[in-house]
Amino acid sequence: MGRLTAWVDRRFPFSVLVRTSMTEYYAPKNFNFWYFFGSLALLVFATQIISGILLLAHYQPSAKAAFNSVQSIMYDVKWGWLVRYIHTTGASLFFVVIYLHMLRGYLYGSFKRPRELLWLIGVALYVCLMGEAYFGYVLPFGNMSYWGGQVITSIIAAIPYVGGWLASVLRGSFGVGTPTLTRFVAFHAVLLPALLAVLILTHLLALHEVGSNNPDGVEIREHLDARGQPVDGIPFHPYYTVKDMFGVGVFLVVFCAIVFYAPTFHGLFIETYNFSPANPLKTPPEITPAWYLAPYYAMLRAVPNKAVGIGILFAAIIAPFLLPWLDHNPVKSSRYRPVYRWMVIVFVLTLVALGWIGMQPAIPALLPPARILLALYFLFFLSLPIVSRLEPTRPVPERISAS
Amino acid sequence: MDRLSSRDAMTAQPLLPANAGRRRFLTLATALLGAVGTAYVIVPLVESLEPDASVKAAAATTVALSPIEPGMQVTVPWQSKPLIVVHRTPEMLATLQAVETLLRDPNCEVPQQPPECKNRFRSLKPQWLVMVRVCTHLCCTPLYEPRKGSVGPRWLGGFHCPCHGSLYDLSGRVFKGVPAPRNMAIPLYHFSEDEKQVAVTAMYPESKLC
Repeated sequence: MGRLTAWVDRRFPFSVLVRTSMTEYYAPKNFNFWYFFGSLALLVFATQIISGILLLAHYQPSAKAAFNSVQSIMYDVKWGWLVRYIHTTGASLFFVVIYLHMLRGYLYGSFKRPRELLWLIGVALYVCLMGEAYFGYVLPFGNMSYWGGQVITSIIAAIPYVGGWLASVLRGSFGVGTPTLTRFVAFHAVLLPALLAVLILTHLLALHEVGSNNPDGVEIREHLDARGQPVDGIPFHPYYTVKDMFGVGVFLVVFCAIVFYAPTFHGLFIETYNFSPANPLKTPPEITPAWYLAPYYAMLRAVPNKAVGIGILFAAIIAPFLLPWLDHNPVKSSRYRPVYRWMVIVFVLTLVALGWIGMQPAIPALLPPARILLALYFLFFLSLPIVSRLEPTRPVPERISAS
Repeated sequence: MDRLSSRDAMTAQPLLPANAGRRRFLTLATALLGAVGTAYVIVPLVESLEPDASVKAAAATTVALSPIEPGMQVTVPWQSKPLIVVHRTPEMLATLQAVETLLRDPNCEVPQQPPECKNRFRSLKPQWLVMVRVCTHLCCTPLYEPRKGSVGPRWLGGFHCPCHGSLYDLSGRVFKGVPAPRNMAIPLYHFSEDEKQVAVTAMYPESKLC
């Protein structure tokens, strides 16, 4: 083992990488519950890649065969049901994990200097993940897949000037059919996973360059010991690898409980209307998006004008990118910013409420609350430059507070 | 503190933690349990790549026997291979004994057939030959040549491979002095109760094609 490592090390910086990113990567000693979700996202990415490759071994991307090939995965392929349920559950839990991971960033100001680029890469990852989920959603070609494919490509068609061309390039046809499925497979199984993998690596490289933030939002690298290591830091390995393994254990219990006992999760993870094949002549009675995109759908429906609605949708997705430059308060953590903390809580509740409305049938009674919530969503971003300059803050400890 | 003494201070730290033995045992036990769990997960994932039920269902075929006149044959595609069913006449069966001194493996010692077909006729019923018509040399499809003298002056009937000239008798047993090494493969099959159909279910696992 020692000789092999030495042989490799002369040709590749293996030991250096292990040291700088694991055994001598010093992370703040006060990581809490919210710090499980980065490693869990990495775990779900890996299970999605593995289960996805196995599904691809049986899936047939054509309008005639796609639905039946998925049914044959469920009934004819050995363990096919398990592989597919791992993939569908993984898709939804990927978003659960990513949303909690992002909320951690909002709570502790992890997007602030010097972590702006880390945050930008992270939001880019989230946008790519939305694309990845959308392309995957269309592939089984159930009736919800079909109409979801129709609706999103027609949203893209509404982009000024290039929209029509972009939609036809996406669809590869006048409607959503075999040419759409073949290129969606290329996007879902090659383009976006490769992009995600590169962005994840970049995200990790940026993280290890600037170091992890922490619940107190103080920089541990400002207090070094005699060896030049942060006093309030502990090596990522073994301390946080063991902590993350505990998180993985709890996560897998939840994951398996869903896979084995509630794989459709009451129509949230696999929608009921997707159990019938795509039918271009029959729209499902209620078109609702996947739960993780429902807030955006609610925003889209809240605006009576098509072009403006689509503009709002893009603005809602772009807004988090601007966060590092909207927030001017030097204090990072919401622990010491009571006003900002309440803003984040209201922001999260707004998103949950928008998500709920997005999954309801389009009834007029829900229009006023949807518009109020839409305003609240943007109010968070628009008020931040002012609030962050005026809000009172509690004294921030010099070092990580004893606990 | 100069560099050397600071290094001494580092190496002076205890290298092994307290209860090193217990810690090593717990780490090993955890790793072992993790490995067992991983193995359990890998089994269904790898098995999902096996041929699925529809492929397996298409893997068996039935051939109707009544249209096959004595001396005639039917060849059907089966598992992407030509499967031949020959209705042999008593005269054809008589040739089988006559050629035995010229054969490479007259007693079918190489397991190219299920044990119940390890006989001169290489079949469950002497008149019916059910065989994978693939030359054991390089996978060509041998021609069915039942007529006496059709391949050579002393030819009694059998199979002649057009690619490299391998010769087989009417039971698919290979002759000496030809490139093919083995008798042609007999699959696993059974007759329906009224003997009007033969169902071919799978390759005999020990048999080799080419």
